[in-house]
Amino acid sequence: MEELLEILEDLHPEIDFETTENLITDGILDSLDIVTLVSEISENFDIAVSAKYITPANFNSAQAIYEMIETIQAEG
Amino acid sequence: MTRNVIDYLNRIVNICPDKTAYSDGSVSLTFRQVCDQSRALASFLAGKGIYKKPVVIYMQKSPAEVAAFFGTVTAGDYYVPVDDTMPFEKIRMILDNVKSPLILCDEKTIGDARAQGLDKEAQVLLYSDTLDTPVDQEALSDIRGKALDTDPIYIVFTSGSTGTPKGVCACHRSVIDYLEVLTDVLKIDENTVFGSQTPLFVDACLKELYPTLMFGATTYLIPRYLFATPVPLVEYMNRYKINTVCWVVTALKMISALGALDEVRPEYLHTIAFGSEVFPLREFRKWRKACPDAEFINLYGPTEATGMTCYYRVDRDFEDGEPIPIGKPFPNREVLLFKEDMTLAGKGEEGEICIRGNALTLGYYNDPVKTREAFVQNPLNPFYPELIYKTGDIGRVNERGELVFVSRKDYQIKRNGYRIELGEVEANVEKLPEITSAVCIWDNDKNRLVLYYVGNVEERPLKKILTEKLSDYMIPNRIVRLDKIPQTPNGKIDRAGLKKLYLSKRK
Repeated sequence: MEELLEILEDLHPEIDFETTENLITDGILDSLDIVTLVSEISENFDIAVSAKYITPANFNSAQAIYEMIETIQAEG
Repeated sequence: MTRNVIDYLNRIVNICPDKTAYSDGSVSLTFRQVCDQSRALASFLAGKGIYKKPVVIYMQKSPAEVAAFFGTVTAGDYYVPVDDTMPFEKIRMILDNVKSPLILCDEKTIGDARAQGLDKEAQVLLYSDTLDTPVDQEALSDIRGKALDTDPIYIVFTSGSTGTPKGVCACHRSVIDYLEVLTDVLKIDENTVFGSQTPLFVDACLKELYPTLMFGATTYLIPRYLFATPVPLVEYMNRYKINTVCWVVTALKMISALGALDEVRPEYLHTIAFGSEVFPLREFRKWRKACPDAEFINLYGPTEATGMTCYYRVDRDFEDGEPIPIGKPFPNREVLLFKEDMTLAGKGEEGEICIRGNALTLGYYNDPVKTREAFVQNPLNPFYPELIYKTGDIGRVNERGELVFVSRKDYQIKRNGYRIELGEVEANVEKLPEITSAVCIWDNDKNRLVLYYVGNVEERPLKKILTEKLSDYMIPNRIVRLDKIPQTPNGKIDRAGLKKLYLSKRK
């Protein structure tokens, strides 16, 4: 989780990712952020995030993103 | 002959009054409702004596905002769209420039407008509060009777290198001229279902808003957040049977680069127009494979020449590294390529893209100096007044006779479809008391805006400050603090040196 928060804070230092929800639906993470985020997650966690995972539900909070990473890792 | 864009609305409302004109998926307006709303707003404005004035529309992208545009034009005024994604500083600079008597808001933006003290600059009103105004047919007919096709419709603001945005002001004649040729090339008809991606504060939205009125088509204003999630975005397009898009390349690229086209296909799409940036071939090919029967059209044009100037219907494959041409001008406008000495570029030679024709806008609002710099007398014609617009873009004609975009002359870049002057970002950063100097470079391969600065603030806190001061699309991806900005021997900022430094550190 620390690692993920680090990536997110690099993108948006003004956001408190431990408490903020609706990152997608409120437009905090835009399309450019998602492209960067997906590539950094893939690199740092050594997983492939396929398009079907990129939904508002999976990216609306740091917690949700983390759970998605765990799901993908479990599918390994 | 159509001389006023509102004539399109008055015509179509008699043909298909109950058809959906604009929708965002949850809220929809029929042509009848759009017409009624715009006439109510126009009567309200006429009643207030607001005539031939800029009216600021500060609303979220919505069908109501579109009706507010048309209401403003019906009243003989011109709309100045601002947006809830713009920083307040930019909105204030726009208000300073246009000195509008009125700011129309929606339920979300009115709170912000008041909290920011915008009500001291102009009257702040809820758009919805104007809608119960009884229609004053006599006043509206009188306004229509006096209107000329050289009167303005809108002012939209683009990036300016000194940090002050420039307001491009366009009239009916230019917009009508553009719409006629554009809809012909895109083959728009009553079955067209547009999916609109661009914000309504740029002239790009002309492509959907007005053709919808001309043909009785339908436009879906796609919620912004969907552009961060490609599969739900394509599903949205399929749900509403969207068949025509005019998007910035970044939006198309996001869908294909994240692999969404392997999961779901845009089933109804038959016309894909794209522009504002170069489409990387790798991503373009994924789109052609996913939509083999669709027409792909590359569009090019500066806001100053009303919408798009050139088009190219993709009719062949390209070799790696070969740019997709911008083709040829739409009818009734000419592109001239001028070399530094203001003589015409020969075959294959590079020159600055200059445009002439009705499409030229009226210039920069309330800024005669900048207008005179960019809109100049055609050097080929010393005989009578005739303006050309100098785009600052460099182009050339290839072996096939197609126009190709080569580069920018200055430090203007395209990011996420937005036009950005690197100088504007730098000027805004340098305004901060903590900053001594700032330089931006643009990494075109990785689509990264990098800011180098000297000052008394750490990198992360600086980014935090910038998110409040700059539009989202201007915020640098990387921020690097330096002890001093490198200079060339003759004392200029060494941009090339910085770029080398950046590339050497890029992973």
